Amino acid sequence: MSAREASAPPHRRNAVLDRLRESRIFQGLALISPANIYLFFFMILPLAMIVVLSFQSRGSYGEVVFRFNATNYTRLLDPVYARILVYSLGVGLGTTVITMLIGYPLAYYIARSPARQRSLLLFLILVPFWTNFVIRIYAWIMILRGGGLLDSLLQWLGITQEPLGLLYTPTAVMIGMVYEFLPFMVLPLYTSLEKIENALLEAAADLGAPPWRAFLRVTLPLSVPGMIAGTILVFIPAMGMFVLPDLMGGAKTLLIGNVIRNQFLTARDWPFGAAASMILMLMTLLLTLYYTRRAGFSEDLLV
Amino acid sequence: MSEKKLPIWLRAYGLAAYLYIYVPILILMVFSFNTMKLNIRWEGFTFRWYGVLFNDQQVILATRNTLIIAALSTLVATILGTMAALALHRYRFPGYNVSETVMYIPIVIPEVIMGISLLVLFVILKFQLGLLTIILAHIAFNIPFVALVVRARLHGYDNAIDEAAMDLGANELTTFRRVTLPTIMPGVLSGALLAFTLSLDDYVITYFTAGPGSTTLPLRVFSMVRFMVTPEVNALSTIWVVAVFLVLLAGQIAQSRRT
Repeated sequence: MSAREASAPPHRRNAVLDRLRESRIFQGLALISPANIYLFFFMILPLAMIVVLSFQSRGSYGEVVFRFNATNYTRLLDPVYARILVYSLGVGLGTTVITMLIGYPLAYYIARSPARQRSLLLFLILVPFWTNFVIRIYAWIMILRGGGLLDSLLQWLGITQEPLGLLYTPTAVMIGMVYEFLPFMVLPLYTSLEKIENALLEAAADLGAPPWRAFLRVTLPLSVPGMIAGTILVFIPAMGMFVLPDLMGGAKTLLIGNVIRNQFLTARDWPFGAAASMILMLMTLLLTLYYTRRAGFSEDLLV
Repeated sequence: MSEKKLPIWLRAYGLAAYLYIYVPILILMVFSFNTMKLNIRWEGFTFRWYGVLFNDQQVILATRNTLIIAALSTLVATILGTMAALALHRYRFPGYNVSETVMYIPIVIPEVIMGISLLVLFVILKFQLGLLTIILAHIAFNIPFVALVVRARLHGYDNAIDEAAMDLGANELTTFRRVTLPTIMPGVLSGALLAFTLSLDDYVITYFTAGPGSTTLPLRVFSMVRFMVTPEVNALSTIWVVAVFLVLLAGQIAQSRRT
């Protein structure tokens, strides 16, 4: 290669170095290393610290006492925390199921719309998706708060007399969660519904399947990758959520995310907070592994 | 999927779903023009709150911080993430599978855990929490997202065109600059856009890695929502939604021009 020979004076050419430069393995490593080194220090190492921390104890001044033990984990079995864990799991699953029930027909509607409308409809899903989520929560605070817009509307219509007092209840948290995560479910569902070829549905119709059966036997099974990606994108952030209960749940609704935050910032019991994080991570990883084993990690996750 | 005429119930459902998504946002925007400070019911029209907002020193400082963090973290994450995507797409090397798996960590691990783990790291290393720690954290969660996006766009990339350039005498650097980079540029740009938006938007990880004086817009919005629900918050939210709308629209138009 003439260009390379010209750039390196012959007398300084180092055969070993040249061989190295031309080696595919070396080039690959040179490209991946900066990201790997960065992620090792700012992602893997911190997570490893959490694993180690979860087996230590808290000293009387909130400092970490390094003596290997598993008491933090047994503490999590205490009814107070066990109930929060079960409740968080319920909120995570509930959010996933409700967003799927609302989101599936919506994604189906977008996928079946004429191509020209489709990009507009998709665009309209993306706008709230990219809007800051604290802002979207705030919209619902305005609607749900005592004497707020929902109360005014219901009283004006003569349906209720008294304020409903919905804000700062578990119901408010669910309303907020579903609104928050709906786009995360709709986008991957749309991606897999849109890929389904019309010919398949026509074939089903030609073979005498009524539309509902074609849906159940063709459309639904082919949209499973979207359902899996949507579940992962909704369930994991829903499980770890602490901002929404802070703003809409009042003191009554604590999720595991709130427990973790409180242990690290207010109670200053890092080891216990680390153990709670480990349990949360375990739950989300198990779900992901279970699903990816079945379907494989796909680009459906990229929305 | 088919383009047959949609059944009426499906169209009604679609309309209802879009109303459900947009009515809360529209209410939010309308009430930014409300004269009533408590903002519980509509009293009258005013632009006053936008004036209050533009003179709010804390909002101005938060905006500045947010833009600095987003710009710097996007720059670094885009470079490292693009390099990683190229490596994963074109090369096989020891540790390939591990490198690939690491890229999925920010998707499968809840943000709160990323946040507290970085907090622990910075406290142990005795880093002063502030703009720098936020930027370091944002780079960490953005690298994988850039790498995933760029890699998805590299999917149909034919390595033969690089080999052709080299056969014609270009060295690696020239080949990259003149052939590879222009071809993958759309992917790199959408990766950068994703990183920028994720950084602008991030509340959770920023919350754990911020220090005094490094408040960002999402943090500021949170404390405003929590402690003083005035139309000023609505005004800020309205500007945010409109900005997102315009940026997405520009992206959409640019994309449709290209195809």
